[in-house]
Amino acid sequence: MRRVRTLSRRARITGAGDTAFGELAGSSPLSLHAEATCAALADAGIDNAKVDGIVCAYSLVEPHLMLSSVVAEYLGIRPGYSAAIQLGGATGCAMVMHAALLIESGRCRHVLVVAGDNRLSGMSRDGAVAALARVGHAQFEVPYGPTVPAYYALVASRYMHEYGVTPDHLAHVAVTMRRHAALHPGAQLRKPITVEEVQASRLIAKPLRLLDCCLVSDGAAAVVVSAPEAASGAADPRVAVIGMGQGHTHEHISQAPSLTEFGCGDAARRAFGEAGVAASDIDVAEIYDSFTITLLVELESMGFFAKGEAGPGIAAGAIGLDGRLPTNTHGGLLSFGHSGAAGGLTHVVEAVRQLRGRADARQVPDAKLAFVHGDGGVLSAHCSLVLART
Amino acid sequence: MSGTEKPLPPMTAETRPFWDGCRAGELRYQYCRACDRVQFYPRSICARCGRSALEWRRSNGTGTVYAFTVVYRPPSAAFAADVPYAIALVDLDEGFRMMTNVIDCDPEAVAIGDRVRVVFERRADTVLPHFTPVHPHTPKERG
Repeated sequence: MRRVRTLSRRARITGAGDTAFGELAGSSPLSLHAEATCAALADAGIDNAKVDGIVCAYSLVEPHLMLSSVVAEYLGIRPGYSAAIQLGGATGCAMVMHAALLIESGRCRHVLVVAGDNRLSGMSRDGAVAALARVGHAQFEVPYGPTVPAYYALVASRYMHEYGVTPDHLAHVAVTMRRHAALHPGAQLRKPITVEEVQASRLIAKPLRLLDCCLVSDGAAAVVVSAPEAASGAADPRVAVIGMGQGHTHEHISQAPSLTEFGCGDAARRAFGEAGVAASDIDVAEIYDSFTITLLVELESMGFFAKGEAGPGIAAGAIGLDGRLPTNTHGGLLSFGHSGAAGGLTHVVEAVRQLRGRADARQVPDAKLAFVHGDGGVLSAHCSLVLART
Repeated sequence: MSGTEKPLPPMTAETRPFWDGCRAGELRYQYCRACDRVQFYPRSICARCGRSALEWRRSNGTGTVYAFTVVYRPPSAAFAADVPYAIALVDLDEGFRMMTNVIDCDPEAVAIGDRVRVVFERRADTVLPHFTPVHPHTPKERG
């Protein structure tokens, strides 16, 4: 009873929208923001005059000091609250958390959360690789020539050493993501791949190969987070944010207190605690998958699998659509696409679709409880959400 | 980083003693007298106790590979001629960890547990610490 009363007051996700991901000719960061916003507002049944809060992220293609002001101006929104958040891949979930806190505090009634970037057409893959590598410490990491795959490869080396993870386990993550993306018409890569193809793809940073790495994409995603009493105009106002949590342990991988336990454990524990549910209750999971190793480490750190068991479990189909924990049903960053903060936000959009029963060929039967997680930096900044169909 | 020059560390007043040490052939780290803890990278305060009772100490320059990778796809053209090259997290014997390149060896032979020692490499006007295997041809110690 107590949880039911609490549920009735939790923020709702009333609108969800995204663009296709891939190389989108003629797109710009702001046109992508606009396309995703229009879809999300239409879904929420409101126009831009009803938006009284806006939360944005950042763009690598068009860096702005005040992106949320730029986006609000472009969209003709005059919000009573505006903020931009920079937490790398955790930004998507953190924006939704920020919006939900604004709703729960009574500060806002409809908060627009939107992110987008045209990283593929606007800056090239080389440019994106170079820009992202600067997440490292300028004095004590970057001079050694690391890349983002290399930072995660360091984690992979230690994790494989301690828990017996194999390249075969990692390849199964990539194969599963591609199988899911094949069922999503907006995904960037939809052609099925095999474990052998993953292991034959070229080395990027040992042990990670090309098909162990996420994509570089153009794309955007948006959600509208609303007060429950303001949600009645939405086509489907049932999805509530019932648990939120963050965890932060470091920024630079050379400063991480552990290479096998990360802040995602804290974030998930906090979110599950607030929601009053356990990992075993989750029907569908949408978890940040910048690299194959990322998803495997997070699944174990957050309690979905015991240490060393995610790899064999994934190889046996555990995170497939008919597995015990269907994960990244849209194909994730590895195959749906990744355009920065919007990439992480696609996990939220997909969770909303699953809970509404609108995920078409990807639908997990009767999904009522979803878990979403974002990871920024090098497993540095984490935000978890538990979403429920009320 | 899109240029052809390898990046140089943008040193600050608080890290200058470290870089001066490299130039003098010394690997330096900070020690907090208040909480008896070593610290790397150098900071203006101790990240554990928040005090500034820090002193510089000289490392013996030996450590153990904790994690490693071999880069085949470089971050920029400046590193293109070096691939494949090894990047490691090395645990120094004094108790601090740093990122580095492992050089003067087959990068594909680098492994967790390898014993390594510091070597100093010049880059423009800066001297950077790198590491190289202590026993490149002997069986690996396990850390």
